[in-house]
Amino acid sequence: MADPHNAGAGANVETTVLGADEIILNMGPQHPSTHGVLRVKLRLDGEKVIGSECVIGYLHRGVEKIAEHRTYQQFAPYVDRMDYVAAVSNGLGYCEAVEKLMGAEAPPRARVIRTILTELQRIASHLFWLGTHALDIGALTPLFYCLREREEILKIFERYCGARLTTHAFRIGGLQYESYDGFEKDVVRFCQEFDKRVDEYESLLTSNRIWVGRTKGVGVLSAADAIAYGASGPVLRGSGVKWDIRKAMPYAAYDQYEFEIPVGKNGDTYDRYIVRMEEMRQSRKICLQAVEAIPVGPIMGKVGKVLKPPPGEVYHGIEAPKGELGYYIVSDGTTQPYRVRIRPPSLINLEVFDRMVRGHLVADVVAIIGTLDIVLGEVDR
Amino acid sequence: MTQRYKARFGGAITEATADRNQAILLVDRVILEKVARYSRDDEGFDFLTDLTAVDWPRREKRFDLVLNLYSFPKNERLRLKVHVGVDEPVATVVDVWPTANWMEREVYDMFGIIFDGHPDLRRLLLPEEWQGYPLRKDYDILQQDQAWVRENLGIESGQ
Repeated sequence: MADPHNAGAGANVETTVLGADEIILNMGPQHPSTHGVLRVKLRLDGEKVIGSECVIGYLHRGVEKIAEHRTYQQFAPYVDRMDYVAAVSNGLGYCEAVEKLMGAEAPPRARVIRTILTELQRIASHLFWLGTHALDIGALTPLFYCLREREEILKIFERYCGARLTTHAFRIGGLQYESYDGFEKDVVRFCQEFDKRVDEYESLLTSNRIWVGRTKGVGVLSAADAIAYGASGPVLRGSGVKWDIRKAMPYAAYDQYEFEIPVGKNGDTYDRYIVRMEEMRQSRKICLQAVEAIPVGPIMGKVGKVLKPPPGEVYHGIEAPKGELGYYIVSDGTTQPYRVRIRPPSLINLEVFDRMVRGHLVADVVAIIGTLDIVLGEVDR
Repeated sequence: MTQRYKARFGGAITEATADRNQAILLVDRVILEKVARYSRDDEGFDFLTDLTAVDWPRREKRFDLVLNLYSFPKNERLRLKVHVGVDEPVATVVDVWPTANWMEREVYDMFGIIFDGHPDLRRLLLPEEWQGYPLRKDYDILQQDQAWVRENLGIESGQ
C-alpha cells in the first residue's frame, strides 16, 4: 500500500533543510519538455532526484466558474479548451453528462458518429504524445511521422465541422452536422493506411536500444499505487490494471464493438508506451467496425432550444485519451448549471509524478513527464 | 448496500438517496473519515474518483463536500456527501486515498474548506497570497484580488 505521509513530503522541498550536497533545481514554467507551463522544483543530490514539487496554475482560467455564468449550450465550446489536443473527447463527456442530467439520449446515428470521431481523436492525441515524448528523449524522427498522420485526422475534423483543434463537434442531444459526403471513405482510407504506420513507428522505437534504455525501469508505478493515487487511463493500464470505462461502463456506442484493453506488466515508461501503441491499433479497429454500419436516422434527439434540466445532479465519466474525464454537474432547474466540476485526468495523473521521479536522474524527469501525457490546459483549467 | 451503511453507522448516515440512478449517502461531518475507511476496506471502494464541493450560501451549513467513489471489484459508483459550515474543519481522507491530497488542496483553494490533518494544505492553482475563494457563490465572476494583480503583475487590472 502507498505511504500517504510520503505524498506530501516532496511538497516541502523549499522548507526542508538541505544536506551538504543537495541543491534545488527549478525546471519550467518555460521549458520545452514540460509540455506547457508546468514548473517543477527538484531537490537533487548530484544528478539524483530525491524530492519534487509541481507548481501548477499558470493556465488557470476558472473554467468551472465560467460554467456557472453560461447556459448549458454556451458552455460546451469552453470544454474544448481544456485538453486542447483532444477537444472532441472533452465535448463528448460534457454533452453526455448534460444528456444524462436531462434524461435525454442522442439517437443511434449520432452515437456512432460520435464514437468514430472520438476514436480518431484518441489516435490523434496518442500520436501527438508519441511524437513529443520521443522528441524529449532524443528521437527526432517520430515527431514528423506522427504529425503527418495526425494531420490526416485533423483534415477529417475540418471537413466535418470546419475546425481542426477546438472543434465543438457535438451538441447536447446529438449532432449539429450530418457527416459529409465521403466521410466513410476518408475514415476507411485513413484506417487502412494507419496500420502500416504504427508498425513503422514501432520499428523506429520498440527495440531501439537507446529507447529501451531510456524507458525500461524508468518511473515504475505499481498497480496498488496507481489505484491509491487515482491514476487512470494508460497510466493505470500500464501498471497492469485492466480497466477501461469504455468496457466497464459503456457509453456512446462502445458496447457494439469488439476491441481489446491492452495492459502492461511492469508499470514503467516502456510499458505505458506499448499500451498506448496498442490502443491506437484498437481505436483503428473500432473506427473500421463503426464506419461499416452507421445507422440511418436523425442526428438530433428531442431536446428543446432552451435547456432546463430538472434539479438534481449527475456524475458522468468517460475514457478520454488521458484517462477518466469526469463531469459532475449540479442543476437548480434553471438554464445555467449551478455547478460544474471537471475531473481532469491530467491533473490527477500528475499527482503521482513525485512518487515516480524519486531515485531517478534529472534526464529521466523529462521521460516521466512525457509518459504521463499531461496537457496543462486541462491540469489548470 | 445503503442498508449496510445504515446498520453500521446508524443515524450518522442522515440520508440515503439516489439521483439519476446514482447512489448518494449524506454523511455526518465528524465520521467522514470512518465512513471513508469502511468504504475502502469493507465495501471495496478502492478508487477515489473525485473530491469536490458545492456552495449553497443560503443554507445554514453552506458547503456540500462531495466524494465520488468507484469500486474496481464491484464496478460500481457511490457518492458521499457531507454538509460543512464555514470554518468547520473536515477530517482529511488523504490517509485513506492518497490521491485526495491535491483534490483537497483544490477545494481549499476554491472554497476555503479546511481539512484537518492534511499533510500540506496550501492553495493548488491560485498564488498562495491570493485573497478570497473564487468558487464561492458570493465571489463575483469579475472579482479578483486587485492588490495581488497590481503588485505582482504590474498592471492595473487583469480584466
